[in-house]
Amino acid sequence: MERAVTEQSLHDAANAKPAAERPVFEISRLTKTYHRNAFTALSNVNLTLEKGEFASVIGSSGCGKSTLLKIMAGLMPPTSGRVVLDGRPVMGPREDIGMMFQQATLLPWKTALENIILPIEIREGKAAARKYRTQAQALLDLVGLSRAADVYPSELSGGMAQRVSICRMLISDPSVLLLDEPFSALDELTRDFMNMELQRICMERHATAFLVTHSIPEAVILSDKIYVMQSNPGHVAEVVDIDLPRPRKLDMINTNKFGSIVAHIRGLLEQEGQI
Amino acid sequence: MSTQSKMTTRVAASKMMESDDQDTVWIEQDPLIDRIPRWVAMLGLFVGIVGLWYGVTALGIVSPIVLPSPAETWADILFVGNNLLTGGHMLEALITTTLTVLYGFAIAVFLGFSLGVLVGETKFGERAVMPYLVAIDTMPKVAFAPLFIAWLGFGISSKVALAAFIATFPVVVSTAAGLYAVSENERFLFKSMGATRMQTLIRLKLPIGLPYFFTGLKIASVGVMAGAITGEFLGGGQGFGALIRVSASQLNTPRVFSLIIYLSFLGLALYLTVVWLQSKLIFWNKTDKVGGIA
Repeated sequence: MERAVTEQSLHDAANAKPAAERPVFEISRLTKTYHRNAFTALSNVNLTLEKGEFASVIGSSGCGKSTLLKIMAGLMPPTSGRVVLDGRPVMGPREDIGMMFQQATLLPWKTALENIILPIEIREGKAAARKYRTQAQALLDLVGLSRAADVYPSELSGGMAQRVSICRMLISDPSVLLLDEPFSALDELTRDFMNMELQRICMERHATAFLVTHSIPEAVILSDKIYVMQSNPGHVAEVVDIDLPRPRKLDMINTNKFGSIVAHIRGLLEQEGQI
Repeated sequence: MSTQSKMTTRVAASKMMESDDQDTVWIEQDPLIDRIPRWVAMLGLFVGIVGLWYGVTALGIVSPIVLPSPAETWADILFVGNNLLTGGHMLEALITTTLTVLYGFAIAVFLGFSLGVLVGETKFGERAVMPYLVAIDTMPKVAFAPLFIAWLGFGISSKVALAAFIATFPVVVSTAAGLYAVSENERFLFKSMGATRMQTLIRLKLPIGLPYFFTGLKIASVGVMAGAITGEFLGGGQGFGALIRVSASQLNTPRVFSLIIYLSFLGLALYLTVVWLQSKLIFWNKTDKVGGIA
């Protein structure tokens, strides 16, 4: 809690905003138990996301990080605890939550642009979606795919498809971006590049983002803070603040500071393996 | 001695240097059987089979009643073709069979699709309806023909019913399988966009399932032919099936062969229409092709 307050004041200093601003996302005492097999996936998770903050959750498979993300996205109800976004409790899928998955998940019968305006089409109908075409094109410009508007997904590379899915996530101008291992299916070079692109896009839009990953360097290079999770039951073992300067660059990976942060997190994750 | 050996080594070395500069090109070649062009292969196979057929009949190995000669069969194919083109009684029979097939197919597609959506989309369908469908599907469906005749009479409707009955099940199964083919991410995407169940079905599940649906249609297009002809065998009436039965009972084997050939055109036309529709409708998925035909 104390740390959250200091972060708040830091952000306020940077943005010159009133000090009373609430965090975008607030999760307290979150627990998820699957009744079918009495398995506790998450136990007493507390988490806050400030406006413009980039946070990550890292942990081995089965630590409950995907469950956490699904609950945050309103795709799954919690067993107990509070999940609040922009002052309103999350009780189901919401327009102001943007999601990105491991696969681009574009509909193959729609062009890139039609895929981007799909969320509008679903919520408000075809006529409303048509009005968003210029905005969709602007988003394609933002991710460097200006000329891909009328291209079908089968003609896009994995990285390009994920950039289109970034646009689809941004079209409804969500309050928070939930990223479920978005680039883990890409090759390493593309992945590094896409991570830098993601940073640029988030900084440009002052977006609040929450990333699930199992890559320590990826979490460190992107995040302001990292929630390190351990399993049995899934809980947050430690919150690690990353005070590397922005914008982050790939060659920061070679610095001592980066190395020691990675080593610290790896230690936390390995410690769990020994239990 | 030592100087000489040194010389030879140097010569060998220089030769190696020479060959280092050359391209190391080599040709990869498929075996002969994979290199035959399609038209040659098809024509060759046709000539081979007809040749064998000719040989067997010319040498009198089998009786002409069992297997007529190619020439005899060809003559009858021309005769039947002429009858069809001049609007003879066979054209009427062909029209009857074609209508039976089309009605049967339409009913099978409608019923199969509806039941498939019920099974694939609702837990009720999956839990309660599907077991009964599987139970009926495992029965020999031709055995129902006398029932259909008893219920619907000797007219076209009993044949349509049998044709539809046989063709419905593959459409049910493939439609349901198509609805199951949606990935978890796709479901989460639609859920996160706040899509209703109907929106998810129409905008996501049905298009994703289309290739499966068409696989069912292809099987159904074959089954509906079998059902219609079987119905005409057993129920009489005016169709091609009845003509075949009459010709066979008169030991007119060339006629049976030529009628079967014209029937196969009807079946092929239906099948290719389905394939064409599939390629038009599912423009994003070109992987579902075997031998460039289906």
